[in-house]
Amino acid sequence: MRSVPIDFVRASEAALADPVLHASVRRAMVRFRDLQRAVIEEVPDWQALREHAHRVKMHTLAHLDRYLEQLDERVTAAGGRVHWARDAGEAQRIIADLVRARGGRAVVKSKSMTSEEIELNTALQAAGCQVVETDLGEYLVQLAGDRPAHLIAPAIHRSTEEIARLLADRLGVPVHDDPAELTRTVRRVLRRTFLSADVGITGVNFAVAETGTLVIVENEGNARLTTTLPRMHIALMGVEKVIPRLADLAVFLTLLPRAATGQRLSSYVSWITGPRRPGEGDGPEELHLVILDNGRSGIAADPVMAEALACIRCGACLDVCPVFERTAGHAYGSVYSGPIGAVITPLLRGLDAAAQLPFASSLCGACGEICPVRIDLPRLLLELRARVMSRGWSGPMERMFVRGWTAVMARASRLRVAGRMARWALRALQGRRVLPYPLSAWVRYRDLPAPPADAFRDRWQKIRSSGGAQP
Amino acid sequence: MRDASGRPGRVALWVTCLVDQLFPQVGEAAVAVLRRAGVEVDVPLAQTCCGQVAFNDGFWPEAARLARKFLNDFGGAEAVVTPSASCATMVREFYPLLLRDDPPAAVRARDLAARTYELTEFLVDVLDAGDLGARFPHRVTCHASCHSLRGLRLRDQPLRLLRAVRGLELRELPGLEECCGFGGMFAVTFAALSGSMLHAKMAAVEASGAEVVTSTDCSCLMHIAGGLSRRGSAVRAVHIAEILAAR
Repeated sequence: MRSVPIDFVRASEAALADPVLHASVRRAMVRFRDLQRAVIEEVPDWQALREHAHRVKMHTLAHLDRYLEQLDERVTAAGGRVHWARDAGEAQRIIADLVRARGGRAVVKSKSMTSEEIELNTALQAAGCQVVETDLGEYLVQLAGDRPAHLIAPAIHRSTEEIARLLADRLGVPVHDDPAELTRTVRRVLRRTFLSADVGITGVNFAVAETGTLVIVENEGNARLTTTLPRMHIALMGVEKVIPRLADLAVFLTLLPRAATGQRLSSYVSWITGPRRPGEGDGPEELHLVILDNGRSGIAADPVMAEALACIRCGACLDVCPVFERTAGHAYGSVYSGPIGAVITPLLRGLDAAAQLPFASSLCGACGEICPVRIDLPRLLLELRARVMSRGWSGPMERMFVRGWTAVMARASRLRVAGRMARWALRALQGRRVLPYPLSAWVRYRDLPAPPADAFRDRWQKIRSSGGAQP
Repeated sequence: MRDASGRPGRVALWVTCLVDQLFPQVGEAAVAVLRRAGVEVDVPLAQTCCGQVAFNDGFWPEAARLARKFLNDFGGAEAVVTPSASCATMVREFYPLLLRDDPPAAVRARDLAARTYELTEFLVDVLDAGDLGARFPHRVTCHASCHSLRGLRLRDQPLRLLRAVRGLELRELPGLEECCGFGGMFAVTFAALSGSMLHAKMAAVEASGAEVVTSTDCSCLMHIAGGLSRRGSAVRAVHIAEILAAR
């Protein structure tokens, strides 16, 4: 949706300049990590479950058309209507038309990063609707005119004090620093909104092809209110959310809450199969499912990158990522942040628009280790780096450095000479802070190593002939 | 040539380009430790760099060139041992990926990967070494590099060796699993992020109460040592091979 390339270097430096932001995110991350570790450790076959979930997802992605057609058929048979959207614009139009046809003005929303991806709120507001986010964090972010910073904790970058001031400003309530009181305030506002809403829009965690069931996992109950109170429910999902059978859900519902929030179970899991039937007391009169592609089928057809679509949006890779911890999500320039965002955003928007993102990682591997569906995130980052570089995208200095390095390393005799020159240069530069790139970037935070007089290979003959244990 | 117990009696030391050019004392210490553990050490002098620098930065054709050279330089070795978990991970985990379009090379890479070890891993898992007669009377904390933790899945190997060192007091490092922020080109491309991660790591090292921080990786240590020096810290960074060789 944005055509300006994402400048992660600048955005991350701006985020780093805000120590409150880092402290807020850090506090939440550490809490998440501890909770996650505890509930993951108590599942004896966690690794087998991850492996199983990975296989189910990869199988589904390999037969995406078949399962999506089955899903369409079953949702329709249950009384719902299915709409297919090739891209963001088409999804916006479909949803705006549905709301308009209902004569709707007031829309409540819950649990949908996909709607953030297609910037649905902007489109609906342009169509004259009032849209209210009902997830607590997302509501706060919307009130602040901000964007979500985390897949499942959208307001993670805000401190309690900031939230208290925000609510006092926008809602005219007194400033409170008690999170429970703040939550009560928001709940009072949202209850009124739910009761007056014409249309409820949600995301989908899993869509079961076998039964046409849409599964929504949440903790606040707002998704349940969004799907039952308004007369129309519109569910928006990316094509990758489909899973074959109800039986597969058991595995995903074990993995998701543990990896996402460190809970054994989420407070609410809604299983929605069709709209309200005759004689039923609640539920919407109309149920619409919008299935969005927006570049996904291209990713699914890519034998190397398809794995990225196995993501169940738990956010665990963000929680363990030292880079995310320091930038919050915004520096990634996309709703999908952290390691999975660094992979998915370039795939969805194109490498040229997000060429820096795959490099925004120290490749520490923590993300790959935590991922509950075993996506090999470090490998995908590496693969994307290779694609970026094969398109000639690199700074000229960097290209020169790597090409020069390779030429030197192609022969030991060159290494010997180049090494001697490098050590000589390093000696001459000791203590200096004004240096050419990349040394300039190194000495911003670290001193240069003090070089030895000669290399190991120059000492080896002597060491070898000494023979004994003591060199 | 293996001895009666089937252990390799002779290893090729893969000294790594960084150790060779900037930290030769680590290479010397690795030789001493291996000899004390009863194995003969060769150093193939044609060796240069495994290609990790180029690979991690996305320059795969360049990295593949160096990988093929590496296979030639070390292909005949009974076992390859290196004082760098990061470089060992490159060969073990990433060569098959890097060389996937060249099946014969990929087969050779897999074969060599099975004979390639990080130094402490080789000492503990292959030689079952514990006490190597070292003496190092200091408070030491061990930084577990990301590649040792997640690339090679080393857990207790370095600690077992450190615990056997006379006079050494081992201190736990808070936030052990958190990256120090080096990450190769990451350290310069995203210098501010790297610097912030480095600061957190240095704070943890100082909080441990150690006088010395050690690791299986010279690359992390170069970054941490550079940071400690910049902030005038009294803590020294010393590679684990040097501690195990100390008397």
